[in-house]
Amino acid sequence: MAGPIKLSDGPGYRAKLRALGLVAPLLIFIVVTFVAPLGTMLLRSVYDPVVADALPETLELLEDWDGIEPPPEAVYAVAAREVKRAETERTLGQVAGRINRVQGGLRSVITRTGRELREIEQGPWRESMTAIDSVWADLAIWYAIQTTGERFTARHYWNALDLQSLPDGSVVRQPEDRRIYLRLFWRTLMISGLITLLCLILGYPIAHLIACSKPSRANLLLILVLVPFWTSLLVRTTAWIVLLQTQGVLNEFLVTIGLLSDDGRLAMIYNMTGTIVAMTHVLLPFMVLPLYSVMNSIPLTQMDAAASLGATPLQAFLRVYWPQSLPGVGAGALLVFILAIGYYITPALVGGSDGQLISNMIAYHMQTSLNWGLAAALGGVLLMIILVLYAVYDRLLGVEKIGLGG
Amino acid sequence: MMGATRPSLGRIAYLGFCTIVFVFLVAPIIVIVPLSFNAEPYFTFTEGMLRLDPDAWSLRWYREIIYNEAWTKSLANSMIIGVSATVLATVLGTVAALGLASSAIPARRAIMGVIISPMVTPVIIAAAGMFFFYSGLGLGQTYISIILAHAALGVPFVVVTVTATLAGYDPNFNNAAASLGAGPWTIFRRVQFPLISPGVISGALFAFAVSFDEVVVMLFMAGVEQRTIPRQMWSGIREQISPAILAVATFLVVFAVLLLLTVSWLKRREEGRA
Repeated sequence: MAGPIKLSDGPGYRAKLRALGLVAPLLIFIVVTFVAPLGTMLLRSVYDPVVADALPETLELLEDWDGIEPPPEAVYAVAAREVKRAETERTLGQVAGRINRVQGGLRSVITRTGRELREIEQGPWRESMTAIDSVWADLAIWYAIQTTGERFTARHYWNALDLQSLPDGSVVRQPEDRRIYLRLFWRTLMISGLITLLCLILGYPIAHLIACSKPSRANLLLILVLVPFWTSLLVRTTAWIVLLQTQGVLNEFLVTIGLLSDDGRLAMIYNMTGTIVAMTHVLLPFMVLPLYSVMNSIPLTQMDAAASLGATPLQAFLRVYWPQSLPGVGAGALLVFILAIGYYITPALVGGSDGQLISNMIAYHMQTSLNWGLAAALGGVLLMIILVLYAVYDRLLGVEKIGLGG
Repeated sequence: MMGATRPSLGRIAYLGFCTIVFVFLVAPIIVIVPLSFNAEPYFTFTEGMLRLDPDAWSLRWYREIIYNEAWTKSLANSMIIGVSATVLATVLGTVAALGLASSAIPARRAIMGVIISPMVTPVIIAAAGMFFFYSGLGLGQTYISIILAHAALGVPFVVVTVTATLAGYDPNFNNAAASLGAGPWTIFRRVQFPLISPGVISGALFAFAVSFDEVVVMLFMAGVEQRTIPRQMWSGIREQISPAILAVATFLVVFAVLLLLTVSWLKRREEGRA
C-alpha cells in the first residue's frame, strides 16, 4: 500500500509513516466493509461452482464426449448416480435452476428425474432416464450441463450483454425477443442523460441568481436549495406520489378548475414521467451546489467590464461568464449523471413498468429470480461505466471535490 | 441611463424562470405538511380543508404513528444504528483526514479514490455484496452488520468535510503549541480539534443523515427486528399508503430543516473564524 519507503528519505520518512498511520484504520475499514463485499459480489459474476460440485464425474466424462450424438451409457450411469445424490443432499433444485437458465423448461425435467430415479436401483440408465423424460435423449440437456458445469464462466456477462455462447464456442447475439439488458442499459443512460440535462437547464439560472445576489439574500435562496438536499429521499418521493397520482393534488386541482375532465386525469406517476420528474427533483441540488461554488468565484465586475467594452449582455455571458462556469457545469453534470445511472429507490417506487432502471433489474435478479450470477454481472457492467465516469471526474476536477460543492 | 432601473423583458423572464425552479424545489416538500393534518384518509386537500373547516383538520395520523409500535420501534432502531454508525464514521474519518492533510502522505489520490468510492458506487451493488458478505460471516440480519455498512456509506462525507476544514487550518498553530512544550496529543486536543470541530460536527451530521435516510442496505440486510424509519416508510409506500406516512414525512422535514440550519450555522462560524 505504502509503496517502497526508503530509509534514505530522512526526516520525511517519519512524517510519511505518521500520515499513513492516521489513514490506515479508515483504509482498512473501507477495504473490509466495502471493497471486500463488492469483490465477493463481482466474484459471483464469474464464479459459480454449484453444478461443478454436484456433478463432478459426469462433467469429467462429458469432456470426452463428441457432442454429435447422445453420450454413451456410462455417462448416463454416472449422471443418474450424481443426480440421485444431489436429490438426497437437496442441492438438485439449485442445479436444476442453473441449467434451466441455459435452456428453459429443464428445471422440471431435472427435479422430476431426481425424484423418480430414487425408485430405480438398476440400469440400463439411459433407458430409464429417457423414459422419465425424452429430453434426456437430446443433445441440448448435455450441452446445458456442460455449460453450467464450468466453475469460472463468462456466461453471466454474455447474458448481461444480450449475448450467448454456443456449444461450438462462438458468441452470438441473443434472439431478438430475448435482448433485454442492452436496451435497459441504453434506456438507463438515456434517462440519466435527460435528467442531467434537465438539472442543468433548471439549475444553471438559479445557481447564477444565487451567486449574483447580496449575501443575505443568497443565503436565503441557498436554503431553498438545501432543504430538499437534506430532506429524506423517501419523503421527497412520497411528496411526488401525493402530488402526481391520479387522485393526487395536481390532478384534483386541474379537474377542479376544469382543465381536465374527471375521467381524463393525467398519468404522471408510476411511469417513466414519474421517474424523470422525481429524480430531477432529487438530483437538482447536486447540480446547483457545484455550479454555485464555481460561479461564486467569478467576479461580477468582469461582466461590467465586458459591457463597457461594448459587449451585449448575451455576448458578455457567452464569452466571459459561461467559459468560466464550465468547471461547475462539468462537476455538476458528471455528479448527477453518476448518481442517476445507479439510482434504485425512486424508480422502484414511482417508475411503474417503463420507468425502471438497470439497478431495479439488479434488485429483481437478487430478490425475485435469484439469478445472483446475472445480478452480479449486470452490477459489474454498471460499475465499469461508473468507474470510467469517476476517472473522468477525477482527471477533470479531483475526487475530493465530489459531492458537496463547498 | 434611461431604463436602467426598469428591468428588461429578459430579466423578468429570467427571474420568473428562477422562481418556478425554486417552487419546483420546495413546493412538493411543503405540500405534504398540511396534508398530514387531513381528517380523511385522502392524499389531497378536501373541500373542508380548503374552507379551513376545523373538523376537516385533525391530528389522527400523528396519534396513529405515536401509538403504533412499529413506528416507535423503527425510530429507536434508526437512532441506535444512526448514532453508532456516525460515531464510527466520525472517528475513523477525522483521523484519516488529519493524515490526508499532511503533505507527506504518499499516493494521496489513490487513497482518496478508495475512501470516496462508497459515495459513487450504486448502493444497490454495494448492498447486494454486503448481503452475501455478512451472511457468509454469519452476521446476516444483525445490528452490527448494518452499523458497519452505514458507517462505510457515511465516512466519505466526514472525510470530505473535515479535509475541507483542515485546508483552512494554519499549521503554525501546531508549531506554536509545540514550541510551548505541548506534545502531539495535547496539541490535537487543546488546539487543533477545537478549531476544526465545526467541520467535524458537520461531517458527523452528514454521516448521520446518510444513515437516517438509508433504505437500500436495509432492504437487503435488515430483518423485521432492525427495521428503521426509512425501511418502514418503504413498506408503507409500497403496500398500504396511508396519510400516516405524511405525518412521519412531516417530522422528517422538520428534522432536515434543523440539520440544515445547524450545518449552515457551523459553517458560518467556521468562516467567521478563518
